[in-house]
Amino acid sequence: MGSLEEAIEGLKKFLSDKDDAAVAKIKKLITGLQERDPNEFDPVKRILEGFQHFKINKFDKHPKLYDKLAEGQWPKFLVFACSDSRVCPSHILDFQPGEAFMVRNIANMVPAFDKLKYSGVGAAIEYAVSVLEVQNILVIGHSRCGGIKRLMTHPEDNSAPFDFIDEWVKIGLPAKVKVQAEFGDLPLEDQCKHCEKQSVKLSLCNLETYPYVQMGLANKKLRLMGGYYDFVHGKFELLEFEPHFHHLFST
Amino acid sequence: MATLSPSSFTKNFNSSIDFPITSFQTFAIFGPKLKTEQTHFRLSTSFKTGSPLELKAMKEPPGLTQKLDKNRLDRLAESENGCDLFEDLKHRFLRFKKHKFEENLGHFQNLAEGQAPKFMIIACADSRVCPSVILGFQPGEAFMVRNVANLVPPFESGPSETNAALEFAVNSLKVENILVIGHSRCGGIRALMSMQDEVDSSSFIRSWVIVGKNARLNTKSAASHLGFDQQCRHCEKESVDHSLLNLLTYPWIEQKVAKGELSVHGGYYDFVDCTFEKWTLDYKGSNFGKNSRLPVKNRFYWC
Repeated sequence: MGSLEEAIEGLKKFLSDKDDAAVAKIKKLITGLQERDPNEFDPVKRILEGFQHFKINKFDKHPKLYDKLAEGQWPKFLVFACSDSRVCPSHILDFQPGEAFMVRNIANMVPAFDKLKYSGVGAAIEYAVSVLEVQNILVIGHSRCGGIKRLMTHPEDNSAPFDFIDEWVKIGLPAKVKVQAEFGDLPLEDQCKHCEKQSVKLSLCNLETYPYVQMGLANKKLRLMGGYYDFVHGKFELLEFEPHFHHLFST
Repeated sequence: MATLSPSSFTKNFNSSIDFPITSFQTFAIFGPKLKTEQTHFRLSTSFKTGSPLELKAMKEPPGLTQKLDKNRLDRLAESENGCDLFEDLKHRFLRFKKHKFEENLGHFQNLAEGQAPKFMIIACADSRVCPSVILGFQPGEAFMVRNVANLVPPFESGPSETNAALEFAVNSLKVENILVIGHSRCGGIRALMSMQDEVDSSSFIRSWVIVGKNARLNTKSAASHLGFDQQCRHCEKESVDHSLLNLLTYPWIEQKVAKGELSVHGGYYDFVDCTFEKWTLDYKGSNFGKNSRLPVKNRFYWC
């Protein structure tokens, strides 16, 4: 897509057309383009430029890879990350096409197994573990998470309820309770940081309540990991979750 | 700057009676120089990873200009030690930090104070269709929800992870555009099209993809003469349209669309041919019933 000026010049070439209706339409288009503020954000232009860059610099340069991916996907990771625009794992951990089946939701939460609720998350776990047979599940929390802040501050701050957000972040209540018990004397910002990490641990525990995850862990075909991306200081922490089974008795 | 050290992180956890986890292997990455601390390190000799991340050897990470060391990548591909997985993730983060974070420090510092994305994207969790890759969204540009088959449930279905994200993006972040992106060869849509009429309540996949049942109905009536693969393709696009209709069932979304404060778009990424279609909902205050065709404008096809 060329510049605004190029588009206008291109259209002017059609003004010699004898079709009056077409000429009128083209004049209207030119006026519209001329009145446009070149600094105004154009979402369509943004999407097109992004796609063109991907096609030219990645897709067309690696035909074998993309031919293979067109036939199927064999990701080694299932990743849970926050919907926050600043924390996409494709950037911070450089996941390439085909590497990570990725769920993104508010505050990167994984609810406990419940047949009646949260079928969206359940479907992603079931598909990734049972169908795609991923080997690793990685839950990534992050700094200054709006969802965790909401969990930590509402309803105590008497703010108006958000119908859907509040119902969702309630999943993290056990993490909030634990953080308030241990760190309740700290400033809110520090409590939120602790809760961001505690919520990742809670999500890892919740993952263990899914039957297909239990089987994968028992067969040692699945690993669970927690991550924390701190975009204030440019740091990343990674932990592995290793549940233990203690043999109690045999008969 | 004080940083939570791995040992205290583990200790907090170990002292808990709430969670039954008893050990962590912890790797912390501090600053531009690599420094790892290992606590409670345990090599699990019975655990084997598969060949790790072999696709990486064929691909340049986005934004980098230097070539990756092929020999180093071959060694990674051959190794079965689980620790190489951590090493690889660590190196990936450090490359991001060096080539993106530190080279655009002012921008990232601004982002740390708050996000103001212009887009909310709803895309599939499929590993091949990340919008940050295919549409080049950079940190700060797009608030993103990813679920199986990029579905948007209607307002009356009650609270879910997808509409919690919608509520945040529209009412709190005040995004100007919502883009729902479908894609080719979608496993979730295939599952929807393959479903028998009786619902198998033991499967989460079935319980979730049923959100797209109207798209399946429309496809069956419009495209029953086509082969199954073509029907699935039809349904992939039909499902995007139905998700756009479902977006309008949220009163706070419809109000903003009616006022021109919010635009709703559909997209379709075909990774077989590498093409992208995009269309925009043409809202004129008409009554959008469940079975009405979606009025669209500005349909583009890029190849």
